[in-house]
Amino acid sequence: MSRAGTKTGTATITEPVRGKKKSVAPGTILLWVLVAVYAFPLLWFVLSSFKPGSELFSLPLSILPENWTFSGYEAAWSRFNFARYFMNTGIVAVVTTALTVLVSSMTGYALAKYKAWWLNVFFMCVLATTMLPTEVIMPSTFVVIRDLGLYDSLPGIIIPSIVTATGVFMFRQYFKTVPDELLEAARIDGVGEIRTFFSIMLPLAKPMAVTLAIFSFQWRWNDYIWPLLVLNDPNQYTLQIALRSIVGADNIDWSVLLSASVISLLPMIILFLIFQRQIMSADMNSGLKD
Amino acid sequence: MTASTAEKAPPAGVPTPRHRRSRIRRGQVIAPLIFIAAAVVLFALFFVWPGVFGFIYSLSNYRGFGVPEIIGFDNYTRLFGDPEFYSALGRTFIFAGLSVPLHYVIPLGLAVLLTTKFARGQTVARAVFFFPWLISPIVNGVIWRWLFGENFGFFNYFLSIFGIGPLQWQTNGELALVVVLIAGTWGGTAFTMLLFIAALRNIPKSYLEAAAIDGATGWQRFRRITLPLLAPTTFLVVLLTTIGAMKEFAMIQALNGGGPGTENVLMVQYIYRTGFERGDIGYASAASMVLMVILILIALIQMRFDRKDVQ
Repeated sequence: MSRAGTKTGTATITEPVRGKKKSVAPGTILLWVLVAVYAFPLLWFVLSSFKPGSELFSLPLSILPENWTFSGYEAAWSRFNFARYFMNTGIVAVVTTALTVLVSSMTGYALAKYKAWWLNVFFMCVLATTMLPTEVIMPSTFVVIRDLGLYDSLPGIIIPSIVTATGVFMFRQYFKTVPDELLEAARIDGVGEIRTFFSIMLPLAKPMAVTLAIFSFQWRWNDYIWPLLVLNDPNQYTLQIALRSIVGADNIDWSVLLSASVISLLPMIILFLIFQRQIMSADMNSGLKD
Repeated sequence: MTASTAEKAPPAGVPTPRHRRSRIRRGQVIAPLIFIAAAVVLFALFFVWPGVFGFIYSLSNYRGFGVPEIIGFDNYTRLFGDPEFYSALGRTFIFAGLSVPLHYVIPLGLAVLLTTKFARGQTVARAVFFFPWLISPIVNGVIWRWLFGENFGFFNYFLSIFGIGPLQWQTNGELALVVVLIAGTWGGTAFTMLLFIAALRNIPKSYLEAAAIDGATGWQRFRRITLPLLAPTTFLVVLLTTIGAMKEFAMIQALNGGGPGTENVLMVQYIYRTGFERGDIGYASAASMVLMVILILIALIQMRFDRKDVQ
């Protein structure tokens, strides 16, 4: 506050004018009304999953279950091969995330630290991909995946999702802030370009790598469209596809669906609790604006 | 001969052998090639190839097997005579037109509330607003389907307490679209909100304080200082949410499957249905090409606006 005052430069404004002291009450009330609005859908959903089937549809509805039960969870767990879905989804999310971070950091580094006309051309191409999501050309992308022999396999989901423009941007912006002198010093010392990247630059970019990893993991864990197109064998199903198979049924078993959905949320919630600080303070603008 | 590197490389007094200099220079051409190689290959495989072949398929009667036979622009003429296509295109525009303002105003409002001095409990509130980000589009769809069930949903029960309803959230096309908009906004708030929070924090406090001294009200300060300084973020948010709305798919699949009937089928779902459920890759590719052209036009128009803003 006082620093801002001196920044304006004029000696007369050392103490910013506060005007009338504003009350925090209206803002706080508005904020918490909105919190209630945002929290309610999920709260209602999770609480419903603990209701026995008979209570789900019996009026009057009550917020809290009268008889808490895990029967929906037991049914969901026994009817669906969650262990396998978790594993499939986990493999896809972890492998894709690792490759995304690697490829994005290398590409972003090249775009930030080297100058050549073909790098500019490629950067324009990456820019174009943000505006043209692959969903838009999915019929032909599907044919490509099939012709490459990736149909009905987890690599078929992993490989097309590795390159994301967001990831490349994030690293490009980050490496632009790393002084060129560092790179030149390495060159003078005779350190090869590739080694410079892996032993100096990549470790420097660790905060960016963590941020992108969290985002990428969330994207892949919750991905739907590529698994839907690429997978056919139920043994290869990811969580979202398996869930969709319950929603798509003619007669939805809500008790099972509610519990299965809640189970599917757990890994992301755990991830959130672990990485809360990184997620909430992620300065995403640094990666997205020029 | 190596003007640019020679200038930079040797600090005064350090002798640099010529062969080493040329090795460094060669490394500066080869290294970036290696760094971008993987991205280039993947880009070529999953953007260029499908893009080019998508256009070729759109001129053919390809059904996913055999050799595609080129039939010229038949798919396009068929497409422009297909009421289902117009309905999907129209719904997509309506959906984008309604959801972009919602995705802008609500997250911005929340971000302002979360960064102002005049509200308490912001840490917890931020976590709550953020929570929907963790939830997949499929589960998001399921959650709102559960809330807006016509016979069993909470909303109709809630309205019935006041003697209203039951409203036909699933069987009335307009109401079904409202549910899609609500669910989409709920699920999309977190990301945009974080963008705005970061941007709001970057606004120098001194600007706002100087305006306060000059007697500007809170709204005037927001309108004249904050909003213009948010312009780059605004541009980004509008661009990203427009594209996001144009490709909405998973959430609607789980929420109402584009129903009632095909009333709320959006473009990507239309492409999915024609291409994969009916196996008409050629026809679906034509629809893809149309969507692609629309997206490019939208991006170009928005970029023009962005440039105007800056000047």
